Amino acid sequence: MDFSGLIDNFGPLTVTGLAQGAIIALFALGYTLVYGVLRLINFAHSEVFLLGTYACLFAWGLFGLDQNSAAPAVGPMLLYMLVGLIAAIIVSGAAALTVEFVAYRPLRRRNAPPLAFLITAIGASLFISEVVGVATHRNQTGVPPIIQARPVFTIGDTTVTNLQILIILLALVMMFALDRFINGSRLGRGVRAVAQNPDSAALMGVNKSRVIALVFLLGGLMAGIAAVMYDLKIGVTRYDAGFLLGIDAFTAAVLGGIGNLRGALLGGLLLGVLQNYAAGVFGSQWLHAASFVLLVVILLFRPTGLLGESLGRARA
Amino acid sequence: MSEKASFRSSGGVRGWFGRQPWYIRGVVVLLAAVAAYLLPYVGDVPLIGPQIVTEGIDWPSALFNMSYYVLLALGLNVVVGYAGLLDLGYVGFFAVGAYGTALLTSPDSILYEDTGWKWLMAVPAALVLTMIAGVILGWPTLRLRGDYLAIVTLGFAEIIRIVATSTTTLRGDRGFASIPHPPGSWGGEPIFGVTDAIPYFWLGLTVIILVILGVRNLDRSRVGRSWLAIREDEEAAEVMGVRTFKYKLWAFAIGAFIGGLGGVLFAGEQSFINSQTFVLQFSILVLAGVVMGGSGNMAGAILGGVLISYIPDRLRGLSFGDTDLYEYRFAIFGAAIILIMVLRPQGLIPSRRRAMELKDREKEVAPQ
Repeated sequence: MDFSGLIDNFGPLTVTGLAQGAIIALFALGYTLVYGVLRLINFAHSEVFLLGTYACLFAWGLFGLDQNSAAPAVGPMLLYMLVGLIAAIIVSGAAALTVEFVAYRPLRRRNAPPLAFLITAIGASLFISEVVGVATHRNQTGVPPIIQARPVFTIGDTTVTNLQILIILLALVMMFALDRFINGSRLGRGVRAVAQNPDSAALMGVNKSRVIALVFLLGGLMAGIAAVMYDLKIGVTRYDAGFLLGIDAFTAAVLGGIGNLRGALLGGLLLGVLQNYAAGVFGSQWLHAASFVLLVVILLFRPTGLLGESLGRARA
Repeated sequence: MSEKASFRSSGGVRGWFGRQPWYIRGVVVLLAAVAAYLLPYVGDVPLIGPQIVTEGIDWPSALFNMSYYVLLALGLNVVVGYAGLLDLGYVGFFAVGAYGTALLTSPDSILYEDTGWKWLMAVPAALVLTMIAGVILGWPTLRLRGDYLAIVTLGFAEIIRIVATSTTTLRGDRGFASIPHPPGSWGGEPIFGVTDAIPYFWLGLTVIILVILGVRNLDRSRVGRSWLAIREDEEAAEVMGVRTFKYKLWAFAIGAFIGGLGGVLFAGEQSFINSQTFVLQFSILVLAGVVMGGSGNMAGAILGGVLISYIPDRLRGLSFGDTDLYEYRFAIFGAAIILIMVLRPQGLIPSRRRAMELKDREKEVAPQ
């Protein structure tokens, strides 16, 4: 155990942790939304994210960009970003909806036991990741350098890059927008009503099926954005990228209080930062082990997560 | 018990079976066991044989794989099916069993100088180790609610894998080689050799039968009734005086023990293990098998265990048009899981009680 690594690199570790945490937080929203409404771990959400990482690569490929391309100028860069985001959002949203229609809705109609949902989700997850795995020959795919990471400002020995700023800002903006949507709009009120009590909500005229579809769609959209950020930050994607990050995202959702939107943000950022600190102290191979130990400790002392589980409450 | 009564009055194979006198039931069970031991020769049966044993399959190895998958499914069935605890990291116990054996017996192990044990000597030690691991994991986590338990157990398996990958004692990718095979010889030749997997299958099958007998007795005892009560309504069980924590811990320890058995057998057959063997997808696969087969029912768990190991093997050497189906085995498997669960959410061979519950639930559905 060597604490000097952590002390010396405290600033950089924090900043990269925040950027990683922002991606995890966006990803975690999908778990939290679905769990808040259906009390169900959407195991296939990791593959929704995975499809997003490939969708934006595909869109950039249409422009003739690959990992060896030169970094574009500012004008085209904005266009590429927009196209990539839209492609990822569309594919991830569509994938999330498809999973809901194929794997969950038939079971819900028969009021199947909760475990059955988990198993179809596992089936869907396995199917998607394996098809992607076979299609890419299980190799990793490089990402074209759309945005070159450039230092913007430096505090002490901590350098903050434009990419990190972009990721954190985008995550915060999306979180704010989603929070406003769930807490402020008419559709969002429907979501909260179903989360609180599905049967009463249905009696009050809320279209339950539509709300559930909406929740999956929202989770998919957020995962799509997270996927583009992931591509830009990590620089490569692979058929099992969703699975690995999905475990982090789910941990983050539980950490913040699953079913709670703000909890997902807090949990994601906290997890990203703490993982980096742990990597600084114990070495990077212990990154995930540290986050799980943290999770167990938190659940033992505060089983509902940091902010509590409250999508259904009046104030989420 | 009402469950037994419903067996007798119901139709179908199980209803018929339940109505027979004890000696006929005994003969049927015995015949089934003998048939299971003859499975390695099923390829020689005309008509059916070639359908089951296709050319691409190494049938004895496939059978051995089935045997430890079934063992894991039976163990997980105790945890998930009987006690109703969602364990996503079951492969962790499998790994502890295998690594326990490897550490005590392999020449690569740092303990080898002191121990250098034979396989059989390592078995009880490795099993005690897995049970301890089960208790260590269960003690802090069993107070958690269902979904949290799932994620924590997932984390446990991941930590085991990370420890195996990153510590020098457990050797990561390099793994442990030359783990001794089980003992015994027949006419000068060792029974458990390198080339022939059939004896390993028989060994696995014997262990499976012992486990089935043990678990069946447990299920019919005070412990089994406590598990049932906990699964159905934990708070009510607690109020009625069931010591829920104690029995949940028992379920965990027994599940861990059976998983460890699988690991010990696996290490003995493969004679080499490394950190790549114990990926998380593995335990998810076993869980899918248990629920697909029918959780809470041992026949279901066995069928599930057989399916998850056989379906991918069966696709070996098959092609559809130009695409090699074996390459897509897990994708096809994923689609098959969805299909089975959508058509039969209670599992292929559900426990009677579960099936009846589900019928009740279906009636409760509000029209959508």
